[in-house]
Amino acid sequence: MTEFFDILANQAFWVAVLRIATPLILGTLGVLLCERAGVLNLGIEGIMVAGAFSGWLAVYLGAPLGMGVLVAALTGAAFGLLHAFLTVALALSQHVSGLGITLLATSLSYYGYRVSFPKVTTPPTITPFGEMSWIGLPILAQQTLLTLLALVLVPLIGYALYRTPVGLALRMVGENPQAAEGQGVSVAAVRTGAIVAGSSLMGVAGSFLTLSAFNAFFFNMVNGRGWICVALVVFASWRPGKALAGALLFAFFDALQLRLQQSGDALLPYQMYLMLPYVLSIVALILVARKASYPQALMKPYRKGER
Amino acid sequence: MRLEKRHQTSAAALLLAPIGAVLFTLAVSSLLVLWAGAPVGQTYGLLLQGGFGSVFALSETLTRAIPLMLTGLAATVAFKARLFNIGAEGQLYVGALAAIAVGGLHGGTGFALPPALLFVLMMLAAALAGALLLLGPALMKAKLGVDEVVTTLLLNFIVLLLVSWMLDGPMKDPTAMGWPQSVALMGELELSKLIPQTRVHSGLLWGVALAVGLWVLMKYTLLGFDIRAVGANARAAAFAGVKVTRTVVLVAMLSGALAGLAGAIEVAGRTSYLTLDMSPGYGYSGIVIAMLAALHPLGVVAASVFVAGVLVGADSMSRAMGVPTYIADVIVAASLISVLVATLLTQYRPRWR
Repeated sequence: MTEFFDILANQAFWVAVLRIATPLILGTLGVLLCERAGVLNLGIEGIMVAGAFSGWLAVYLGAPLGMGVLVAALTGAAFGLLHAFLTVALALSQHVSGLGITLLATSLSYYGYRVSFPKVTTPPTITPFGEMSWIGLPILAQQTLLTLLALVLVPLIGYALYRTPVGLALRMVGENPQAAEGQGVSVAAVRTGAIVAGSSLMGVAGSFLTLSAFNAFFFNMVNGRGWICVALVVFASWRPGKALAGALLFAFFDALQLRLQQSGDALLPYQMYLMLPYVLSIVALILVARKASYPQALMKPYRKGER
Repeated sequence: MRLEKRHQTSAAALLLAPIGAVLFTLAVSSLLVLWAGAPVGQTYGLLLQGGFGSVFALSETLTRAIPLMLTGLAATVAFKARLFNIGAEGQLYVGALAAIAVGGLHGGTGFALPPALLFVLMMLAAALAGALLLLGPALMKAKLGVDEVVTTLLLNFIVLLLVSWMLDGPMKDPTAMGWPQSVALMGELELSKLIPQTRVHSGLLWGVALAVGLWVLMKYTLLGFDIRAVGANARAAAFAGVKVTRTVVLVAMLSGALAGLAGAIEVAGRTSYLTLDMSPGYGYSGIVIAMLAALHPLGVVAASVFVAGVLVGADSMSRAMGVPTYIADVIVAASLISVLVATLLTQYRPRWR
């Protein structure tokens, strides 16, 4: 038990929590935007891979780090546009389209990596974002700009959703598209915009892995983080503030299991610790199930004039 | 753009749509081949030859098609009832674990039962393990409204870690020089080869038989009717007296069992022991196959041979041309998307206004 408190008293632990939380915050906000507009986006897992790869490749080829993040966002936006075409314009199954995009984005990234580096044994590296020592706040000073971006986006998206006409339109097409159309809101345009914006955030979430957390691209580096974001949005009942809290809580447990695993006298096989984040996600879903307030039109394709 | 429902769709259009979509995909993917600096014609030629061009190529393709057929059927029955089981990967692995637990050579010997009985027990255990793994998410969906997509996806990661733990500990093969692999299956339990000197095994017959069985079930039985009714409109089905929860639970058991069998048949037919890389995503590919087959059990047989052929062909093409094997995954994923669009266009007409 003392060991447990030792871990919590260590500042490095909390630095790790915030670092692990960053891609989850960005990804969860991305899923939130899509789902608030009524569209499930299971493309997230693959879009994060594509963002991680394209952003890293741009920097490797000589672009500045900021440009790498932009490239990742644009890659995400491109896949988002495809998802919007399939699910909004053609009203195809959102589940299947999203899974298709995950498979496509992942395999395209792996293909691109292998074409660009056919015979490497150790992955080539870049110089990632540095720590923000100028910021003068403990814990945050050991993070990078992308973490700051994630934290700033939470109130920004919250404000946009609840205090602006665009946010109102977005929530409306997710709750009652017929009513929105009656008010002169173009359901197709708003949903497309929301998916593209959300998907570019997913791309940025991926780029955090290669441009900040690590300095190289690895296969399987996203490792289910995208799916966890989909669970976190439900846990957060589609609210940005709660999404931040959920991501931090989740990252807390993930960082904790890493420390316990490393603490030498581990009581359990290491796989049990690695399972913890996934088990917790399922438990969280069960806990909130009774009061989960899904956007009313989520997963319901909307065809104008059709009931 | 607006979509207008077509009043009728010709049979020719239904057949040509997927073929056209796959050709379109190959045309687009040729840009990727050019990026890798390889001639397109020769690359596709070698891919086709490596997948279907000889008895050996065909035998490898059929071998690869067996697990894909079973996971494809697992996805088909679940998606028909709108139960989005994305957990076939995990169900396949628990099926394989169960097969090894029942039929493995633990401590050098296995259970002292007649092989025929043990074989039946092994297959039942695998089917049950897969079914039980999906039962949880299905009940959570039916009783609590928890989305099954996320829970089944997360369970895949949990199961893979469970397998990793088993291969490190209780089921570890002590003779494998520290390599994480399970103890071997008892020799008597292995499936026989269909063609000598190849790897095609009688699991293929299992796959085809189960596809026919599922087709009969869907088309001619009351349960099949209930499944289709629940998938078409659960509320209307409930109103008409269909027991929705019961149907969803049965579908989950059936779907999980099929995926679990995929794991057992892969162990008994091909590998004879379990490793962490036994399945390169067969569970996920099963979803693609089910969609390519438009959720028709017999179509799954054809679609799984197509996907397996692309995967196997890419392996041998890659060795000769230096085009990464991931081209196969790109072609399969892009085919899924373009077939979906093409099928939709056979039912709807786009109007630009």
